[in-house]
Amino acid sequence: MKKFVVYLVLIVGGVIFFYPFLWMIMATFRSEIDIGYPGLFVKSLTLHNYEIVFKRIPILRALFNSLFVSLSVTASVIFFGSVVGYALSRLKFKIKGLILGVILFTMVIPFQITLIPMYILMVKFGWVDTYLALIVPGMISSFGILLFRQFFLDIPQDLIDAARIDGCNDFQILFKIFLPLSKPVMITVGIFSFMATWNDVLWPMLVIRTRELMTMPQLVTLFSIGGEAEGQLGPQLAATTLLALPIVVAYAFFQRYFIESMATTGLKG
Amino acid sequence: MRKTGFLLKEEHSGYLMSLPYVVYFCLFVAFPLIFSFILVFHRWNIITPMEFIGLGNFERLFHDVQFFKALRNTVIFLLIHIPLQIVVALLFATLLSQQIKAKGLFRAIYFMPVIVSGVVVTILWMQLYNYDAGILNVLLSKLGLKRVPWLISPSWAMPSIAIMATWKNVGLYIVIFLVGLQNIPGYLYEAAEIDGASGLQKFFYITLPSLNSAMVLVIILSTIGGFSLFIEPFVMTGGGPMNSTLSAMLYIYNQAFYFGHMGYAATLGFSFAMIVFVVIIIQRKIVERK
Repeated sequence: MKKFVVYLVLIVGGVIFFYPFLWMIMATFRSEIDIGYPGLFVKSLTLHNYEIVFKRIPILRALFNSLFVSLSVTASVIFFGSVVGYALSRLKFKIKGLILGVILFTMVIPFQITLIPMYILMVKFGWVDTYLALIVPGMISSFGILLFRQFFLDIPQDLIDAARIDGCNDFQILFKIFLPLSKPVMITVGIFSFMATWNDVLWPMLVIRTRELMTMPQLVTLFSIGGEAEGQLGPQLAATTLLALPIVVAYAFFQRYFIESMATTGLKG
Repeated sequence: MRKTGFLLKEEHSGYLMSLPYVVYFCLFVAFPLIFSFILVFHRWNIITPMEFIGLGNFERLFHDVQFFKALRNTVIFLLIHIPLQIVVALLFATLLSQQIKAKGLFRAIYFMPVIVSGVVVTILWMQLYNYDAGILNVLLSKLGLKRVPWLISPSWAMPSIAIMATWKNVGLYIVIFLVGLQNIPGYLYEAAEIDGASGLQKFFYITLPSLNSAMVLVIILSTIGGFSLFIEPFVMTGGGPMNSTLSAMLYIYNQAFYFGHMGYAATLGFSFAMIVFVVIIIQRKIVERK
């Protein structure tokens, strides 16, 4: 009896969290008049909503932009995170403690303080309306550095000593010995920074004005609140479904990693 | 000799390898911070030269009805969002920590709204909240209840956004509480059972106190989230009706990019950041003292 109640509550929860997505997908195949129907049944299937999206906005270009920007940022965060994390965990040099302190300090600065000056910096650099504004400010993550540092601290010193005797320099030690051992932390940092970049919409809204350079969340937002959807719900939901699709598909395959990555970053952050 | 050679090399590598961070820090952390301190004492629209106005921006802030409105809205949001989030997350985390089947599947489903973009959730919920055609109101009227003016009434709009934000984020907090629950040693419960404690007693005297650090984390992350609320009101309501969903971030955005008041926008950013700090310190004190 008790088990029954437990399952009942869990299933009701599942419906509450999952049903809206399911409803959204089915609603995109309905004509505008039927869209308010709360069930999943589609009376007369139409692709009209998607036609409008593809006709009115450069959604595939935005998909490319999102992928390009997110992958660049992620690769960079992993690269610099491991390099700086290596220095801060395995090398002795004078200002190491200071740098570590500074990194911890930067993590508690609310972004509200730096947002406006960062935007002005982009204007002065002439980076507004370029990929540079979307990529460069995200290239290093304090959090990424700390996670790599934490992981590298546990790698035995013998490995480093042996490699040094063989004549390896620190870059070779990092890339040939440390990184191949670091898959878990690379996955965690990778998923975290990819998701943060992919889903970000505030920063792109500040620095990108040209439609051809917009990432998906920004383009879909402006499509939805601007005049292009003509207040029709169908095309808005279709654009939104296209925006959700890549991440949901990735999540379906790697959900364990997604949850672990987000939970560790939440726990340690 | 060889040893010192190693050390010297090590020191050089250390400087070289931390150089990217030092450059990044100077450019994208130190400079914006310093520049923000300069901006708060100036009036500036980016185009014409900066004009020094001393504490003028702060004076304006203290008389700015909209600033206090945004602050009030954020407080309303947090007062609904945080308790709701904790109760829902605790409920599902407790259920999921029991011996049940398909645990991973349930967890994966609850986590789904966490991974999709806030834009997806916002546009989707805008349809769910639609007064005439939204599923929520259609269901309510089928049950014979009155339709709720989710986003069109000033008293409902912010609570509606808070409910949506809970739906979006709670999966993350379920997982955080689950980790916390797994770290509670089993012998505590066994000892309590020997002493004849009831299920509720075990929950209030063992489970809740052991989840303290998870609780602090949930409260802090939600608070930061509340002060960062932007895309939800931007898309759903534009800050209305009657400024009832004007959030801190939306107000900063409007001042900077709608009116071109960079100095004042920086002052707002600075002030909200200070408020976040103070609120978090107070929350920590309260929760940790328990």
